[in-house]
Amino acid sequence: MLNFTIRRLLFTIPTLLFISFVIFFILDAAPSDPTGNLPLTIPPDVREKIRESLGLDQPMIIRYLLWCKQFFVNEPLNLLAQWGINIGDPDRLRVISFQTRSPVVDLIAQRMPQTLWVVGMSYVVGVLIALPIGIISAVKQYSWFDQMGTFISMIGFSVPTFFTGVLMIVIFSVWLGWFPSIYDTTLVVDSWRTLGLQIRQMAMPVFVLALFNAAQISRFMRASMLDNLNQDYVRTARAKGLRERTVLLVHVLRNSLIPVITVIALGVPQVFGGAIITEQVFKVNGLGQLLIIAIQGGDIPTVQTLTFIFAVLIVLFNLIADILYGILDPRIRYD
Amino acid sequence: MPEGAAPILDVSDLKTVFTTRSGEIHAVNAVSFDLAPGELLGVVGESGSGKSVTMMSLIGLLPSPPAEIRGGRAMFDGRDMLAMTQDELREIRGSRIGFVFQDPMTSLNPVFTVGFQLMEPLRVHMNMNKAQARARAVELLELVGIPDAAARLNNYPHQFSGGMRQRVMIAIALACDPQILIADEPTTALDVTIQAQILELVRELRQKLGMAIIWITHDLGVIAGIADRVMVMYGGQVVEQAPVKELFRNPLHPYTRALLETLPGFVGDRAQRLRTIEGQPPSLRAQPTSCPFRARCRHAFERCARENPPMRRDAGGHHVACFWEPDS
Ligand SMILES: Nc1ncnc2c1ncn2[C@@H]1O[C@H](COP(=O)(O)OP(=O)(O)OP(=O)(O)O)[C@@H](O)[C@H]1O
Ligand SMILES: [Mg+2]
Repeated sequence: MLNFTIRRLLFTIPTLLFISFVIFFILDAAPSDPTGNLPLTIPPDVREKIRESLGLDQPMIIRYLLWCKQFFVNEPLNLLAQWGINIGDPDRLRVISFQTRSPVVDLIAQRMPQTLWVVGMSYVVGVLIALPIGIISAVKQYSWFDQMGTFISMIGFSVPTFFTGVLMIVIFSVWLGWFPSIYDTTLVVDSWRTLGLQIRQMAMPVFVLALFNAAQISRFMRASMLDNLNQDYVRTARAKGLRERTVLLVHVLRNSLIPVITVIALGVPQVFGGAIITEQVFKVNGLGQLLIIAIQGGDIPTVQTLTFIFAVLIVLFNLIADILYGILDPRIRYD
Repeated sequence: MPEGAAPILDVSDLKTVFTTRSGEIHAVNAVSFDLAPGELLGVVGESGSGKSVTMMSLIGLLPSPPAEIRGGRAMFDGRDMLAMTQDELREIRGSRIGFVFQDPMTSLNPVFTVGFQLMEPLRVHMNMNKAQARARAVELLELVGIPDAAARLNNYPHQFSGGMRQRVMIAIALACDPQILIADEPTTALDVTIQAQILELVRELRQKLGMAIIWITHDLGVIAGIADRVMVMYGGQVVEQAPVKELFRNPLHPYTRALLETLPGFVGDRAQRLRTIEGQPPSLRAQPTSCPFRARCRHAFERCARENPPMRRDAGGHHVACFWEPDS
């Protein structure tokens, strides 16, 4: 297993380099212009100077290699320097955002907490409600509970989050006034009162995203349970005189969870990239919002870095899913 | 076979019906049989004749719905199993009645070790702690002839061959010293040499442990070798029942005769050696009102279409459900 992991990790290096190049190439080919949002009164030769100062006069391949150097060498060294380990000249060039002139990695660090709290929490909540619903729906197939579950997941699955989100804002913020419609990032949680406020402002975005996630995972859990309920080993477990609860929650569940856990692991990167729309609806200034603004402003270093980090997460969680599969299923040996 | 001893299992008039979308399937119709302590009862019959459903009805292993037990009694140790609650049945399953299924490749849970699966019934039924259960599990694996038993406990099912897995299944079924072992085509999925080994093992275990066995099979050759008594099923009914020697010497039911003729090398010359039984098995859509074998029977006459022949019994314990007299 260790061998397999190391081999796979080594293999991800060329994969990711290739991905980063493709992203860079596509961004470069796109007709966006970082000076496009500047006032029209600025004359073309000044614009040209601005572009030059951003390094845009260089050939694409040079800019790509420079980005690589900044991202793969300078940023990690900078991170080490923050922990007190100094290697080389501390005056390194970092990946700088065109729009804000501050290092992209710092921007990401600022945006990360909101995204993790809101989107990450909604994933956890979604998984936690999806698993029991999937299990009960399978065990009591075609019961009213199962029918309800099917109906609600169909809604959660097919109605887009920008619709449910706005609907919730209209009902719960505008009409009932229970929850704020805008997420306040400056809120510092230091007392019970502020904790209450934080929970209230998280409630709606978390619910909207959790519904969406739970819809998918509960269906998957249900299908996997149903697959296993008909297996011969379940009959054997019953023939041994085990309690029905043991049969279901030990024998059937343990087998059914294998594919479900894999799917859950594969879904984690979406937490970072996939909630862009919900973040917009609820004004959560997380990573998704950062990406949108950067795309609109032609901020190539930010878009490049964020997209690449999403790609890393996807590759990484694919590997984690594979490893989990090997751990959970004793029949699989990666040698 | 202890002659005349009180039966340990006495089934009468068992009826099991499946309710499906396209109607009812009367899979078991008024099946009666008994089993003496220590006896080996062979059950034969073609696919779909209701052998498995009969046995699974007894110990509540059929999913309900679709299965429903419409009637009958199954006296085990003075109590009617068909009237028991699920909890009472569960206490019997795996402790006093062991079950071995056809396909050893899929009958074990792939994600738990063999030791875990073998220790489960011990811990549930005999309240053993981990150490006791482990010791007993080693004993059981040795009993069924698995070498290096202590180490094998930590292995997963996929690390065993088919024959070895069936041995493990037998060990699980025998874990709590059951009085009855029901083996549902335990060797069908195995190749011939392994089949012979499993048969040898069962013969040996029976001598050592003395439990009664119900052995379901398609293979009359196997039956001839190990059974004390044979029960032939057709269309969800028992059509003939007799001690094994008597049945092979003097088969009374046309279906049994046809079955014996399909045995290669039993009668006739080479060209005739592989005979098949012409025609289709009966539909089980309704309760039978005529002989189910009538359409395929060489000796059928008008009465067979009018009523379902009742079981005739003779003094030697030979029962047959047929109007036709072989000598006439
Ligand atoms: N779950 C079910 N739903 C509907 N019908 C069923 C079900 N299980 C069994 N049957 C029907 O019951 C009848 C008897 O099946 P059973 O499995 O007892 O046959 P069998 O004699 O064991 O055959 P085989 O030798 O193939 O194992 C068959 O006609 C089958 O179609
Ligand atoms: Mg069967």
